[in-house]
Amino acid sequence: MTMLAPRTEVAPTIYEQALSRGVSRRDFLTFCAWMGAYLGLEHGAAAQIARALESKRRIPVVWLHFQECTCCSESFLRSSHPIVADILLDKVSLDYTETLQAAAGHQAEEILRDTITKHRGEYLMLVEGSVPLAADGCYCVVGGRSALDTVREVAAGAKAIIAWGNCACSGCVQAANPNPTRATPINAIIKDKPIVNVQGCPPIAEVMAGVLVHLLTFDRIPQLDALGRPKAFYARRVHDTCVRRANYDAGLFVGTFDDENAKKGYCLYKVGCRGPTTYNSCASMRWNNGTSFPIQSGHPCIGCSEANFWDNGPFYQRLPNFPGFGIESTADQIGLGIAGATVAGALAHAVLTNVRKRGEIGPHPGEDAEKAEAAEKGGAA
Amino acid sequence: MSAASSRIVVDPVTRIEGHLRIEAEVKDGKIIDAWSAGTMVRGLEIILKGRDPRDAWAFCERVCGVCTTVHALASVRAVEDAIGMTIPPAAELIRNIMFCVQNVQDHVIHFYHLHALDWVDVVSALKADPAEASRIAQSISRWPKSSPRYFADLQQRLTGFVQSGQLGIFANAYWGHPAFKLPPAINLIGVAHYLEALEWQKEIVKVHAVFGGKNPHPNYLVGGMPCSINLDEPNAINAERFALVGKLLKDARDFVEQVYYPDLLAIAPYYLDWAAIGGGLENYLCYGDLPVNGFANHAGYKFKRGAILGRNLSEILPVDPRDTQTGIEELIDNSWYEYTGGGTTGGRHPWAGETNLKYTGPKPPYEHLDVDKKYSWLKTPRWKGHAMEVGPLSRMLVGFAGNDTEIKAAVTEALGALKAPASALFSTLGRTAARGIEARLCAKWGIEFFDTLLALVKAGDTRTFTKERWEPSTWPAECRGVGTSEAPRGALAHWIVIKNRKIENYQLVVPSTWNASPRDAKGQRSAYEASLIGTPVHDPKQPLEIIRTIHSFDPCLACAVHLYENGAEVAHHELLVK
Repeated sequence: MTMLAPRTEVAPTIYEQALSRGVSRRDFLTFCAWMGAYLGLEHGAAAQIARALESKRRIPVVWLHFQECTCCSESFLRSSHPIVADILLDKVSLDYTETLQAAAGHQAEEILRDTITKHRGEYLMLVEGSVPLAADGCYCVVGGRSALDTVREVAAGAKAIIAWGNCACSGCVQAANPNPTRATPINAIIKDKPIVNVQGCPPIAEVMAGVLVHLLTFDRIPQLDALGRPKAFYARRVHDTCVRRANYDAGLFVGTFDDENAKKGYCLYKVGCRGPTTYNSCASMRWNNGTSFPIQSGHPCIGCSEANFWDNGPFYQRLPNFPGFGIESTADQIGLGIAGATVAGALAHAVLTNVRKRGEIGPHPGEDAEKAEAAEKGGAA
Repeated sequence: MSAASSRIVVDPVTRIEGHLRIEAEVKDGKIIDAWSAGTMVRGLEIILKGRDPRDAWAFCERVCGVCTTVHALASVRAVEDAIGMTIPPAAELIRNIMFCVQNVQDHVIHFYHLHALDWVDVVSALKADPAEASRIAQSISRWPKSSPRYFADLQQRLTGFVQSGQLGIFANAYWGHPAFKLPPAINLIGVAHYLEALEWQKEIVKVHAVFGGKNPHPNYLVGGMPCSINLDEPNAINAERFALVGKLLKDARDFVEQVYYPDLLAIAPYYLDWAAIGGGLENYLCYGDLPVNGFANHAGYKFKRGAILGRNLSEILPVDPRDTQTGIEELIDNSWYEYTGGGTTGGRHPWAGETNLKYTGPKPPYEHLDVDKKYSWLKTPRWKGHAMEVGPLSRMLVGFAGNDTEIKAAVTEALGALKAPASALFSTLGRTAARGIEARLCAKWGIEFFDTLLALVKAGDTRTFTKERWEPSTWPAECRGVGTSEAPRGALAHWIVIKNRKIENYQLVVPSTWNASPRDAKGQRSAYEASLIGTPVHDPKQPLEIIRTIHSFDPCLACAVHLYENGAEVAHHELLVK
């Protein structure tokens, strides 16, 4: 039985190993040519093999799963740039991931043990899922060990940790009231390692790939906000770049799903949209390689990249007293205005809308830019 | 070999969703007994209590991110059933299109990324002659990526990867195991399509993003779908959005017809011995799905509702999820739960079900579960007292036995291509083949539903939501409902009880609960455990055959313990008896 290629002793590349055994560069290249011929490859293969053998080792990565639904792994697979095949083949050595790895059981466990011993201090730890602390950890046991044991052991030797998704960042759905298993995020357990919180349920595919590429390419942790989220993807509210934003500013709201205003693509604030309080890249990067995002497709944002969003409901109830409707109106006042306009007829509606848009979208040439900006800042508070 | 038996533990079972632990007893090279345990739980049914029923779909969707959408669909149907809502035809069609996309995408991912490495030897692909791979590929399909150069380039890349010494996801596996039978050229084709499928799957799910805003976890809505249709509006489903969906559906059908299905037919002949292994229960259950005349009209479903007992294809038995007396119940005899008042055994119909966590297993870390006592976070569902298998095979068999024209034709065609009798379906290979046959049907039906939707919009009916009964004030003080579906992994149902506009009780019985649950008080095994009996094990230290059969079910454990997922990670194998 072939147990393919015993995992190497970490540090040296194959080329380095060959050199240390007294093999010359010429012999090494000859070997590569021979290997190419043996494998029935075409002429250029030798050079490619040589490059692969010489190249920097791919960074070892361990991807752990605890209390989760695997939506983060699935989202990761959807990445369009880079595509996942390239990440797996060229960028990292994903040594342990229960979702994709060929080996199971004992063989899988062996890989985990080897990686965290032989690559101590070098590997990246990626975590999907929360860790249940109640009842001695019996609510999530992998290989006979509690999630808590495993997360502590693997974290101890990790270079850095990426917490994927709302589960690992803040507990997500299983931590919703009454949190029966005491589901706990990674940052509440591990305190002595750099942790990047990649929020969302799940995070956007290209955000996940982007964070990983940042770590690999620039060899440092990206800038994080106060909640440990990479600023590149979580610095702005969904609301700020929303495709329905102009309707919000103009006081044009959907009253109920698929009503006349919904068909016109109006703002979803009054049917519960959390866009104004949710920090994420949905409206700018969008999902599935820019195809859409929830609000564009007609559903209010449920705020899945924020802690405790499950208990900030019900989802279809609008945010209470969210300030900053353009100048000084509240949603109700604006809503009344719209209702009046509807009764009065389409012409009046259009006039009113234009007036509001003109007044509220922002500075127009010759208008009071400062006042408009102040109002906008008030809205962002 | 002597009469000794040995206990194998596979934990974690990988290439699945969630955490699954399998213990198997092996004697004379065959499995004589097996136990399947879910070791993770989250308690979603507890968390749902007291919430707005209209929010439940979002909580439930997070039961599983692999078969994303299916729990949202079952949930909105349960609520609509309870409060008496009927959704507009366009919303039903959009749900059906999303269903077909989910089914096809999930089956392709399962075949290539979760199951293929049980049959395809990646290392053997390095020895393949790319010209031979090209010749075979072109003989089985007109898929354009099939030139000798294409396979040579791929092999070169693979070689560089292997020579790096860092095998990543392919490390420490069972390469070279004698149970791998494919010639190198077909292994190379398999690896090529593994990578192509990875690329393709991210495209097809854009259909979910169009209608639901994102994938994984697109948005659903009680009363219809949240996306409005307006051909003259950029923030609605317009002509460009329809064109994108149409293209993606066509590409999906091409991939299934030109890559997945031909690969299935090319690989299966090398593993025909697996058509006699892994049959298991031979009882099959489906609720049916893909309504064409409204959800309430079961007879109009594309996938029919019904049950088959003891591989008797001449009789389809009626199934009623509302039957609280002699229908479905979930037992806790071998599961870590208790009833109010302290009862620890027996079963309940899901409307009366309870989810009170009560762990009585060993304190972690542990080496073995005591399988003579309770050993899983999964409850044990039974239909009229019978253990039932659910999944693509059940759907194909119920359609086949019921003489459904399309299903019968597709199954017959596949059996003809493999020169296999219908009895070959009752097996590990049959399960894997049924999935491919079903993907063909769903790829085709997705396009049909899409064409119907376009015709509907053209005729002027763009309604996607029913407003009546959206407001909780219009609901009765107390009501209950059931929402059924056919998830990629099988029959799925949510039962809800609503009291004073809030969720009073919510119970999910999901496909992997049927298949992966522990045995019942009578000792009847559920599908995983039953299917492992008789499975050959060449080398107890290399549990390739075990994971082949388990993977043929496409395990999805987060679902199975809606509450839970089990942790499986270490695998030990020990000789208990020498």
